Amino acid sequence: MDTSLSWIKAYVPGLSCSAQEYTDAMTLSGTKVEGYKELDKNLDKIIVGKINKIEKHPDADKLVVCQVQIDKKGTEVQIVTGAPNVKEGQKVPVVLEGGHVASSHKDGESEDGFKIKKGKLRGIDSYGMMCSIEELGSNSNMYPDADPDGIYILSDNKEYKDAEIGSDAIALLGLHDVVFEYEITSNRVDCFGVLGIAREAAATFGKEFVPPVVTKTGNNEDASAYISVEVKNPELCPRYTARVVKNIKLAPSPEWMQRRLASVGIRPINNIVDITNYVMEEYAQPMHAYDLDTIGDRKIIVRKAEAGEKFITLDGQERELDNTMLMICDGKKPIGIAGIMGGENSMITDNVSTMLFEAATFDGTNIRLSGKKLGMRTDAQAKFEKGLDPENTMKAMDRACQLIEELGAGEVVGGAVDIYPVKKEPVVIPYNAGKINALLGTDIPEEEMVKYFEKIDLIVDRKEKTVTVPTWRQDLFRLADLAEEVARFYGYDKIPVTLPKSTATTGGLTNKLKMEKIARTTAEAYGFCEGMTYSFESPKVYDKLCLAEDDILRKSIRISNPLGEDYSIMRTSALGGMLSSLANNYSKRNKDVRLYEIANIYVPKELPLTELPDERTVLTFGMYGEGDFFTMKGVIEAVFKKLGLSGITEYKTGKRNYLHPGRQAEVIYNGKEIAYLGEVHPVVQKNFGIGERVYIAAIDLKTVSSFPAYTAKYQGVPKFPAIIRDISLSMKKDVTAGEVEEIIRKKGGKILESYELFDVYEGSQLIKGYKSLAYKIVFRAKDRTLTDEEAVKAMDKIISSLAKKEVVLRQ
Amino acid sequence: MKEKLKKIMDAALEQIDATEQPGKLNDIKVAFLGKKGELTSLLKSMKDLAPEDRPKAGQMVNEARARIDEKLEAKKKEFEKAILEERLINEKIDVTLPGTKLAQGHRHPSNITLEEVEDIFIGMGYEVVEGPEIEKDYYNFEALNIPANHPAKDEQDTFYITQDILLRTQTSSVQVHEMEKGRLPIRMIAPGRVFRSDEMDATHSPTFHQIEGLVIDKGITFADLKGTLQEFAKRLFGEDTRIKFRPHHFQFTEPSAEVDVSCFKCGGKGCRFCKGSGWVEILGCGMVHPHVLEMSGIDPEEYSGFAFGVGLERIALFKYEIDDMRLLYENDTRFLKQF
Repeated sequence: MDTSLSWIKAYVPGLSCSAQEYTDAMTLSGTKVEGYKELDKNLDKIIVGKINKIEKHPDADKLVVCQVQIDKKGTEVQIVTGAPNVKEGQKVPVVLEGGHVASSHKDGESEDGFKIKKGKLRGIDSYGMMCSIEELGSNSNMYPDADPDGIYILSDNKEYKDAEIGSDAIALLGLHDVVFEYEITSNRVDCFGVLGIAREAAATFGKEFVPPVVTKTGNNEDASAYISVEVKNPELCPRYTARVVKNIKLAPSPEWMQRRLASVGIRPINNIVDITNYVMEEYAQPMHAYDLDTIGDRKIIVRKAEAGEKFITLDGQERELDNTMLMICDGKKPIGIAGIMGGENSMITDNVSTMLFEAATFDGTNIRLSGKKLGMRTDAQAKFEKGLDPENTMKAMDRACQLIEELGAGEVVGGAVDIYPVKKEPVVIPYNAGKINALLGTDIPEEEMVKYFEKIDLIVDRKEKTVTVPTWRQDLFRLADLAEEVARFYGYDKIPVTLPKSTATTGGLTNKLKMEKIARTTAEAYGFCEGMTYSFESPKVYDKLCLAEDDILRKSIRISNPLGEDYSIMRTSALGGMLSSLANNYSKRNKDVRLYEIANIYVPKELPLTELPDERTVLTFGMYGEGDFFTMKGVIEAVFKKLGLSGITEYKTGKRNYLHPGRQAEVIYNGKEIAYLGEVHPVVQKNFGIGERVYIAAIDLKTVSSFPAYTAKYQGVPKFPAIIRDISLSMKKDVTAGEVEEIIRKKGGKILESYELFDVYEGSQLIKGYKSLAYKIVFRAKDRTLTDEEAVKAMDKIISSLAKKEVVLRQ
Repeated sequence: MKEKLKKIMDAALEQIDATEQPGKLNDIKVAFLGKKGELTSLLKSMKDLAPEDRPKAGQMVNEARARIDEKLEAKKKEFEKAILEERLINEKIDVTLPGTKLAQGHRHPSNITLEEVEDIFIGMGYEVVEGPEIEKDYYNFEALNIPANHPAKDEQDTFYITQDILLRTQTSSVQVHEMEKGRLPIRMIAPGRVFRSDEMDATHSPTFHQIEGLVIDKGITFADLKGTLQEFAKRLFGEDTRIKFRPHHFQFTEPSAEVDVSCFKCGGKGCRFCKGSGWVEILGCGMVHPHVLEMSGIDPEEYSGFAFGVGLERIALFKYEIDDMRLLYENDTRFLKQF
């Protein structure tokens, strides 16, 4: 929403402030000004001049030398121009030597404008410049009388032709003005019109609000003799108001109206169109004009369209309708899509003689949905969508008819056809100053509150302590709403600053969030950087990961309105994002990359969703470059330890298609899978465009957090000496360290303190197909010095059990 | 005897003094104090003395022995000191050579910012809670006073899964879950991912993070909201930070406000980060709408509260002067390692 300052001042005559003061004050009282443009910012020393004499340039065919009168006394300056449209006797805008213009013929518009200096054109002195409308910072759309290809000939316009020579041309053209751009929130439908904003401005600055005085219009006839209206869907059209104008005389609208429309970016067309637009801006009530002679049976019917019905709108486009869309029809055919756009078959043309004016309100949601389905978004639609005040339609209609009479655009027929079955009643709200102060934390006297209410035209009953809310304020229903009105006029900045004095509470993270924090710190200690990826995924990622057709990961939730196919499903694994991130690093030649991410995956219980899915927080690691499978295993073991998993984690070879078949493991803790890790399958690695071996791991933090954590207990520092045995074991290659260790654990007995693998050997000193593992085994008793015999006994048990698996001591 | 003793002692002391090699000290020790050393021999010859003279002579010999020992020890220390000094000189290094590169991970700038925010509110007694990212329409909209077909619903560009299930557009949904638990008072913040169907560019992303705040208790006022957020802004951006409350509209708060903080890059004078205005908008807030309280079973006549929602990325981008939001999701380690 835009307004010019001059238009606001038309209704708030006492307003006097700078553009910045206006911006700040309006923003603080709740009408946010996003920015402003001073139209005369780069315009200086521009006056109305008169071309007294034109001569050919001696050395240039395309240039002429003009003698231009610049004041009443008859002072002339010489200006050379290449403009083709100048003639002797014309009045034109002239920028004098030392003045400024907004844009230049050669260089276009500039932030700081252009300074005009004395110059020579092909040897002839020139002391200034005659201006085109572009050089004045506007264009011929907004000034339709200006020549788009030459100097703006003021004397061709009947309102400017008598302008005094030497007078301020910027003022003449209405360019000493500021245009403000507002951000209007959806609850303030009234502020989508200039009058609504002017009312706020008056209240903000404590000035009088003077809306237009609309007088009775029309001849002795009655509109109902020309037209009848039937509304078949009153739930979608609460009010439909129609009036008739005959003997239409199309002409340009006056400059003041053109200027106001131009200031808000609306191109002046002719008096009828301009009045329609003007009232839409002024009253926030869109209107539509039909050529009455095109209306069959002289009858308007408001009804829903039929499914598949086709209709050509006034922009010449054919639209296909459905049976939810509201149409304006005559006795025979549709003539407009309600609230969105009129039809080509009934639009005003240059030959119009009698016109039907429509001002109606429609159900905002219906208009919004229809516009969406049709892919249309018109100015009128944007206003109707907010849900307009039905009490406003007749006011706007009468204002439009008043302007028609004032501008001599036609003869207004008396009376109106007004279909308004359920009158909108104003809301009455009791106020209670004590409760308002209690909510705001203020001590504002009741009488001051009442004054704020009255400033914005709420009707106060001091005895009953109620306010009656005018229907245009559709956002006030209860005390909290009134509290906001009080707060914004009292000043948000004046409300005190306190801290809650209520019950003390203890804050903190949930256990899950604490775990995540520990996991982050641990991952970072091992050189992993935290990444973030989208929760969306492309369905193509399944094939990139070489998933089987029936892989559980393919069972994912689809977004019904995604940004595109590549972002259309909710991920069931964070792996795609991790591999893409690694690939991005690889393509940028980053070396030794280590990333981790903590994020949710979304596991549906069934598809399509009928209940919320299982959101599982997963810690995903990925790396390439330095390090291997065992580096990754070391990292996740460190994380398990820090997270307080004090029991035994088992590693089983996994069967995931996207991982190397011989280099992947599932991690089992207390019988539950808590993680997996492995080297990425070479095909998958290639699919993602990574040219090095990639290792990944994923820890299911949700499952991990289900185990009692933080069970670390002080065990005491050992007081008695340990007995340490180093053994070297020989076995077939397919016997895993995990199997050996399980035997050590089971047979070591109570005195087994720890064991550690310190060497793995496969080579020429062994029989082919065999390997050797060397362990350091530590025995210790907590309460006494262990005897050699005890250690020997334990070792014997271990070795004899190992022998059953053909694991023997290496000789 | 006395002269003999003095002679031996002098000779020993002299030799010690003259020694230039640390190894020689032991030879001297053996020569004088060893089993066959001169002093030992002298001691042995004491048996020839008259018994009454023996104690005195013994004492003299022991004194001489102690003096030699002491001298040996002193000389040894002197040598050790010299050796250490020489070693220290030889071991001089070029301290300007680069440090060893140790692998070090870095936290994501958004999460560094989040942890700062969490710490501030935890310090003020707030619990940090979470809610589902895939959410029911009721929690994301209806229970927040945004009924079906309300235009405010359209403004949020929602991703839908089904008619009733969607990707939450705001962490405000967590407010409702907390209120429904029926445990009062409430002081919570709820950080998390939210989703809006915006194409990604330098300032938009279809995924971003919000931090929701909610306080509900008896006697909570708008002034308390101002005080709380002022405290938050000062702790996050510095003690000199000023805040500005501007009236605004949200469906689930009344009165509502948007909050600007004075630009901490320029202190409010105006710079490229605040686009010359001196202020940066960081959050929206307000007093919880009485209808929202009612819908979640809280009596607005008895309880009041405030809520606020902060855009995490907005703060992180501003704080770290990151000019393109896409960098946050590309995970280029050259970017991540800067934080």
